[in-house]
Amino acid sequence: MKGKAHVYDVDNIDTDRIIPGKYTKTLDMSVLAEHCLEDLDENFNSKVTKGDILVAGENFGCGSSREQAPVAIKVAGIYAVIAKSFARIFYRNAINVGLPILEISDHNINDKSELDIDLQSGMVKDITDGKEYQSAKMPKVMVDILEEGGLVSYLSKYGDYKL
Amino acid sequence: MGQTIVEKILSRHAGKDIAASDLAIVNVDAAMATDASAPFAIKAFREMGGKKPWNPERMVFVIDHGAPAPNERIANLHKIIREFTTETGSTLFDAGSGICHQIMIDEEQAHPGELIIGADSHSVTYGAIGAFSTGVGATDLAAVMLTGKTWLKVPPTIRVELNGKPNTGVQSKDIVLAVVEKLGMDGATYKALEYSGSALEYLSLGGRMTIANMAVEMGGKAGVIETTGLELPYDFEHVHPDSDANYIAEYSIDISALRPKVSTPHSPANVSDIDEVLGTKIDLVFLGTCTNGRLEDLHTAASILKKKKLAPGVRMIVTPASRKVMNAAMADGTMNILSDAGAMFIPPGCGPCVGTHLGVPADSETILSTANRNFPGRMGNPKAQVFLSSPATVAASALKGEITDPTEVMEEIIS
Repeated sequence: MKGKAHVYDVDNIDTDRIIPGKYTKTLDMSVLAEHCLEDLDENFNSKVTKGDILVAGENFGCGSSREQAPVAIKVAGIYAVIAKSFARIFYRNAINVGLPILEISDHNINDKSELDIDLQSGMVKDITDGKEYQSAKMPKVMVDILEEGGLVSYLSKYGDYKL
Repeated sequence: MGQTIVEKILSRHAGKDIAASDLAIVNVDAAMATDASAPFAIKAFREMGGKKPWNPERMVFVIDHGAPAPNERIANLHKIIREFTTETGSTLFDAGSGICHQIMIDEEQAHPGELIIGADSHSVTYGAIGAFSTGVGATDLAAVMLTGKTWLKVPPTIRVELNGKPNTGVQSKDIVLAVVEKLGMDGATYKALEYSGSALEYLSLGGRMTIANMAVEMGGKAGVIETTGLELPYDFEHVHPDSDANYIAEYSIDISALRPKVSTPHSPANVSDIDEVLGTKIDLVFLGTCTNGRLEDLHTAASILKKKKLAPGVRMIVTPASRKVMNAAMADGTMNILSDAGAMFIPPGCGPCVGTHLGVPADSETILSTANRNFPGRMGNPKAQVFLSSPATVAASALKGEITDPTEVMEEIIS
């Protein structure tokens, strides 16, 4: 999957900044997408084309357990999130809603670079500067959930967890 | 090899001995969702083919984040929760009952040694009574409703020993802010915190809840406090680690050396001693939340504000953590004292902490709050400056109109 990188070289981007609490109480996903990351970059929405890739620093998604955070990012058109590290609950939530996330502890991906992501191998290729990065391995159960498109489809299919 | 508290509880719920870094499927004793997560969870539960939660009595729904409903959108989400609980026999605490975490402990939906999953990050609070509890998102919660189980990776444990006696003016909030200062925002990511030490004898149930509550501010999966010295209104088996348990890191904090602490904008981990921010002018103080909205917190504020008035131009919002807390504060005169001083009361619930309603600050206003988070926009306005502190610091500062060390006024009260 190829997409353009939107790089926010910021650590600790919390879920309040991903989607402020005042917008989370809704089942209308388009509202979430509309306000996605607005307190970090008010032009975020206008910059994103469907299939783009969000790139951030350490501890991305810290704070609240709101699943609206990965949903907002996904519905805003982002195909995958790359970060140096992720907060625990965000990581699980992203997989559960079918938003691919890749942990790459050390990278120098530039804004607007063209990336090619291979989810099977976890390889990320920066087409613009030719560099390649291997993301951290996920437990098998998470790979399976992601392959089914999220936890709802996974449990509808299997009825229970398989480690 | 001995086990930490978390390894013991998780082993019991996995039906086999497991240790740090093992993946396991574990049985869940109770689950909880709020109006911020339940509508998503109910939707996902139905999409998974769910009809009734695995154990309706211990599937607890609490309407607290936008309670009472500030608009028709949220009112309709509340309706979804009410209809679902009626239909399935699940347990509901409706608007006005209080904050989910206060309710889980007060209404005995969480017990020592249990495993509890909540669709709210501050579900780690039940570590205060020696339970393993952690926060998840709505779809993970839906899966618990469906199966009565969840999967997890057993977290390595960081041991934090709290020793010594706190000085006058230093409260549980200051202690946990000292831990956050030491570990930082991601110091406990994918790990559990386990608190022990001689200082536990000075910690009330409420004080323990304040400390456990902020484990997630360090990224922690759980923050469990050894039950030594804990008193509950029922008999329970105490929870201790084995003496040869394996820890990934160990810290020791001398409580007697601590000064009151303040988190400055815009992160709970921006912790300083109060001395560095003394005199910062404030517009609004907020006493409440799952961190510090309990009766003892209201008592602290009332002892400082008794027969006094808020500084001119300062507003004060008080949100009792639950109806129980509010009723007790009404019965013993605490609410009168605070109201006479000029404070306004809003209904038990999350109130302005999540920026949804009931006290959104204006641009460039400065707020001193007893909450656990001060991320940009947390209280509904990214242009506001939110500081975090203990209830004593909040009350002393409300009197002066600027961030004030509560030590002196607390010493006067004691003498």
